[in-house]
Amino acid sequence: MAAGVAAWLPFARAAAIGWMPVANLPMPVAPAEKNKRQDEMIILNVSGRRFETWRNTLDRYPDTLLGSSEKEFFYNEDTKEYFFDRDPDVFRSVLNFYRTGKLHYPRYECISSYDEELAFFGIISEIIGDCCYEEYKDRKRENAERLMDDQEDNKDAKPPNMTFREAMWRAFENPHTSTMALVFYYVTGFFIAVSVITNVVETVPCGSSPNQKEVPCGERYTVAFFCMDTACVMIFTVEYLMRLFAAPSRYRFMRSVMSIIDVVAILPYYIGLVMTDNEDVSGAFVTLRVFRVFRIFKFSRHSQGLRILGYTLKSCASELGFLLFSLTMAIIIFATVMFYAEKGSSSSKFTSIPASFWYTIVTMTTLGYGDMVPKTIAGKIFGSICSLSGVLVIALPVPVIVSNFSRIYHQNQRTDKRRAQKKARLARIRIAKQGTSNAFLDSKKNGLFNEALEFTSPEEEQHLRKTTSLLENQHHHLLHCLEKTTNHEFVDEQYYQQSYLEAGLQTYPSRSPSLSSRDGATGTCCTRRSKNRHAPLQNASGPPHMEPLTHQRGLQELSTIHILPLSTSRSSLNEPASLNCRITTAIISIPTPPETTPEGDAHLPTGPAHQNVVKVSAL
Amino acid sequence: SEHTGRLHSHSPSWDFSSITDEDELSAVRYRPERLDHLEQKTNFSKKELQVLYRGFKNECPSGVVNEETFKSIYSQFFPHGDSSMYAHFLFEAFDTRNNGSVSFEDFVVSLSIILRGSITDKLNWAFNLYDLNKDGCITREEMTDIMHSIYDMMGKYTYPCIGDNAPMEHVDNFFQKMDKNNDGVVTIEEFLETCQRDESIMQSMHMFDSVI
Repeated sequence: MAAGVAAWLPFARAAAIGWMPVANLPMPVAPAEKNKRQDEMIILNVSGRRFETWRNTLDRYPDTLLGSSEKEFFYNEDTKEYFFDRDPDVFRSVLNFYRTGKLHYPRYECISSYDEELAFFGIISEIIGDCCYEEYKDRKRENAERLMDDQEDNKDAKPPNMTFREAMWRAFENPHTSTMALVFYYVTGFFIAVSVITNVVETVPCGSSPNQKEVPCGERYTVAFFCMDTACVMIFTVEYLMRLFAAPSRYRFMRSVMSIIDVVAILPYYIGLVMTDNEDVSGAFVTLRVFRVFRIFKFSRHSQGLRILGYTLKSCASELGFLLFSLTMAIIIFATVMFYAEKGSSSSKFTSIPASFWYTIVTMTTLGYGDMVPKTIAGKIFGSICSLSGVLVIALPVPVIVSNFSRIYHQNQRTDKRRAQKKARLARIRIAKQGTSNAFLDSKKNGLFNEALEFTSPEEEQHLRKTTSLLENQHHHLLHCLEKTTNHEFVDEQYYQQSYLEAGLQTYPSRSPSLSSRDGATGTCCTRRSKNRHAPLQNASGPPHMEPLTHQRGLQELSTIHILPLSTSRSSLNEPASLNCRITTAIISIPTPPETTPEGDAHLPTGPAHQNVVKVSAL
Repeated sequence: SEHTGRLHSHSPSWDFSSITDEDELSAVRYRPERLDHLEQKTNFSKKELQVLYRGFKNECPSGVVNEETFKSIYSQFFPHGDSSMYAHFLFEAFDTRNNGSVSFEDFVVSLSIILRGSITDKLNWAFNLYDLNKDGCITREEMTDIMHSIYDMMGKYTYPCIGDNAPMEHVDNFFQKMDKNNDGVVTIEEFLETCQRDESIMQSMHMFDSVI
């Protein structure tokens, strides 16, 4: 039952009075009107924009968010309104749906944001009205295709453990994936060009030998040209064989257009090799050389535009067919007419209808060579009609082909652009992620600050209180909990790699986490603590890392996390002040007994700040 | 009365070729009487009239209902069967001025009778509904038509199956009950008298009083 007519239900019920007198059986009891509320207005506050409507309007669709009790979750007691933190523009459409019973899709709205809003408010998209449904479906399909494209791009990522054959095939198909492939790509391209130029130059007459006949270069420098040809064909043959070997489906590869072109390009050479002796077929051999020009088509592997052109022609096959058909019809008609018109005139070139074909074609395509011209008046009239109609017939299918090409070309451009943008986008996302994890590593210190607040002097409190939001703090606390749970720690990449190196250099046992209270190696490579006793300078060599400070001094449960300088240069340690430490001083809040101020620490800034921990923010 | 605008019966046409510019011009713009006048005319309160009008105007923005819209609205409530005949009879009953369209006044006046009127008014209204040619008495044919239309609303899938004779039997039943002097027609007096003596009918007439 449509919502709009829900308002008419009382009328329909009232009209049922017409059945009462004729009814034989007693009527059932009417449902109780549970404390029938007067229709009241409710206020929906969507991101500040207030929408007001009757409660009944919303109740029309009880299986949506607004129509059910779900909206009570959003009720604000203080302002007596329902607050939704959503887009008010899209909400307009949503509310109009309740009012009119029809859901419209605004054209300017992004399809995915609209879908999200619909999903939020519990409205299925199938009820979009007919007026907007087509547009909605089109946009949705476009979006889905784009998503699929993106996913396909992901497949570009190199799958591990590819066999040599697969790797080779991949290199052939996507030259940009490896340097070897790129080199091969350019080499073949170069040789194709060389081969084509050779073929062309071969026929140029170059210089005259003592006998006055001009010979083409090909005959003058036969050996040179033969060598070049051989080299090119060898390269092409090798390439073809390699492709054949690497192809996942050899049969399919052999049937593909490109491979046929490859074969046709190199076959004449071999046939020529075989047949040079035989005089009879040498003529045929010469003709075979024509096929060498097909080598130029090998460029289509190198040029995307060429491929697009080929694809366009293929997809416009019907238009081309129509063009051909209509042209043929027109040619036959006009040729016939011209022939009969010119039959009377003497020495007419229009000797037969097929002979007139040439004239008609030349005229219709507005070439007009002038080798055949009509002489009679009738012929001239029909000739002019012919040329006028030619313009029309040719002009009709051409825009279709052009627009097809343009569409495919732009689609390709967009795909490439998207791929390029995707790389940049992913890079940015990675940086952001890196930032977050580094922030966590940093704030681990912060966390300690907060714990150690009581130990810090008041003025340092200001330093300590970094401007991390509550959200960040909670997030970091969560990560911290995870660390404690697994007894492992988060570190950044650099440290992790370096720790492998360090593991070899130092005699420390493998990284054991946190609160090992052993005096010696605290397990982690950067055992400041222990080193403090021996060689404070060694601290500098420690890779950046975080280590829970083992309290050897009775600092219960105070795990200090200090981040060592990224650079392992001692000098950097020597100037802690110049380090990019964000919160360095504070950690030092740990009051360490004087003995922990090892002599070695002399080079470190004195004071409580830099006692046991050398911390420099990793960033 | 303060009727403004001309009442123009305008049936919606779904045929594209007939959508012309003239159609746009002759769209109906009908405004009902003032709210306080209607309040006096009917037994509804202001708030109830407001609610009624909002629903009315939502479905019929032009201000009047024509028979097509009426039928389509009514058919939404009875998806199983064919309610067009009964809706037609209803429309006739609502269209007190017999001009092919039901304005808001007609609508609300009739509703007021049905829901807020006295029992006699209600019965009168029902009688008016059955009396198709409004000649003051219900003949067998009229009743048969009414009965058929009611049974049509049931549709095909019923239990037990609606036999061909069911409406006729029902009509016989009705006449047996109502037609006291056995003259083949039921007059208003016979109708009123019989109904007022029938407890269940009396009770059922009040059932929908709180609908609005």
